[in-house]
Amino acid sequence: MSLISEQLQEDALVLGLTEKFPGALESASMQLEQTVFYIDPAQIVPVSEYLRDEHRFNRVSSVTAVDWYPQEPRFEVVYLLHSIPNNSRLRLKCRLTGTDAKILSVTGVWPGANWYEREVFDLFGITFEGHPDLRRIMMPDDWQGHPLRKDFPVHGHKYDYGQGN
Amino acid sequence: MSQTISPTATLEEAPASADAGTTRRMTLSMGPQHPSTHGVLRIMLELDGETVTQARPEIGFLHTGIEKQCEDKNWQQVIPLTDRVDYLANLSNNLCYCLAVEKLLGIEVPPRAVWTRVLLTELTRINSHLVWLGTHALDLGAMSMFFYCTKDREEVLKIFEMFSGQRLMTSYFRIGGLALDHPRGGLEAVKKFIEIFPSKIDDYETLLDNNPIWKNRTVGVGIVPVDTLLAWGVTGPMIRAAGIPWDARKDEPYSGYQNFEFDVPTRTENDVYARYRVRMEEMRQSVRIMSQALEGMPDGAYIADAPKAVLPQREKMKTQMEALIYHFKIVTEGIRVPAGEVYQVIESPRGELGYYIVSDGTSKPWRLHMRTPSFGNIQALPLFCEGGLIADTIASMGSMDFVLGDTDR
Repeated sequence: MSLISEQLQEDALVLGLTEKFPGALESASMQLEQTVFYIDPAQIVPVSEYLRDEHRFNRVSSVTAVDWYPQEPRFEVVYLLHSIPNNSRLRLKCRLTGTDAKILSVTGVWPGANWYEREVFDLFGITFEGHPDLRRIMMPDDWQGHPLRKDFPVHGHKYDYGQGN
Repeated sequence: MSQTISPTATLEEAPASADAGTTRRMTLSMGPQHPSTHGVLRIMLELDGETVTQARPEIGFLHTGIEKQCEDKNWQQVIPLTDRVDYLANLSNNLCYCLAVEKLLGIEVPPRAVWTRVLLTELTRINSHLVWLGTHALDLGAMSMFFYCTKDREEVLKIFEMFSGQRLMTSYFRIGGLALDHPRGGLEAVKKFIEIFPSKIDDYETLLDNNPIWKNRTVGVGIVPVDTLLAWGVTGPMIRAAGIPWDARKDEPYSGYQNFEFDVPTRTENDVYARYRVRMEEMRQSVRIMSQALEGMPDGAYIADAPKAVLPQREKMKTQMEALIYHFKIVTEGIRVPAGEVYQVIESPRGELGYYIVSDGTSKPWRLHMRTPSFGNIQALPLFCEGGLIADTIASMGSMDFVLGDTDR
């Protein structure tokens, strides 16, 4: 069974998710009064649809990622959800391994996730399957590597001026 | 120019009737050096005559890797970087970062610092809206507005300079409070400004509100259904002009905004003109908040007494051993922030500004993600342009009030 912190045992979101999608909610906790759910990456799309339709999370504030290199699974994709009707926020997280860094896109649920997923793809190298237009957004198209990965250097990249080729 | 119209194809080669009834589309690259993009934004427009059939914004020209740089800096060293995200809302960015780190550290900010933060962040809103108004009106042909707005903005910049020593890159807020106490004459300058400023807003409105050219260019232009706006992540005055009264200052109060009385202006027309009206009202409300902040400005410390997170006062350092040790530790190692993560949202002049910070317990942030309002707004740009005229694209873009540094980070 999943790890659910004490103050969230009776939470409507937790109860709804565990009933509707058994096994999808890996853990739930409160961090500095903000709710955080770890979700099974395979079920991110149905869970998002459920949260949007049943719990009125009508917009995704941002999608980003965290790289925990050299730990495995190294990536966490973070969805910062916001419900304007309920005035509440929720953070969904999915763990991904470095060798298989891909997850289904939520652009079908919230179209606004489009550029955020492109940004994560560009800067972390995480692939979003089913994304309508998955191209680099910040870096040049022919750039090598993904700058926000922890094994990408802050200084001294091969394009460094002064080093020459 | 596009490949669809070959420069070598002459009119003689193509029989006149071949063109009749068929559509010839032209691709136009607007930007990255177009004056109305206010920065380096490129929009690939596909045109059918004067009508925009497809618009594809391309960003990234100003990407400077600020999020990556933040991971390589001490917690305090990040503050000057947050200035450089949005050159018109530096103090909003300073504030959002400081609030997030203070949440992680669990320190309480003294009332004088809280009140000063509110005072100056509202002044930042006026500063940003003045630049928006001036340039937006300039784009639509009202040139004198730009001169009026720039002239009045100068007064705001002088106040920033008094407080922080800088006109643009202020870095005036610190983790735990302010960098310095108020300068001599600082509050008087703010007071003088807000006494005069409401009459200036009246002047701007006299020039624009019923101006037939202005109304022709803005009324009924750039309408997108409100549900679409929300689903695409648009925030700030854009959605308030569409009738959604969401404002982080009211709905998720931060930095003591619950102590201030103000209204959240909304409109329902959802067009360029409505956005103009909302921002004009917002400037009035900012003045209202600022006058309350000035009246209730508390005395006392301007920075929290948190030895492990805040540099000790010079006087204490000279007399107390512990203060000297903390000073040495903070300067050489930086402060340590307990492991954890936080997402702090504030209402910047452009909309929802959020900092998502992950700490691993060391003296540098493990990950710092900035959810900037311009990025969220600009991705909805095609919705505003497609189906409209090129001239309306300029009006819609102006009404979005984006800053490209804020978009590309």
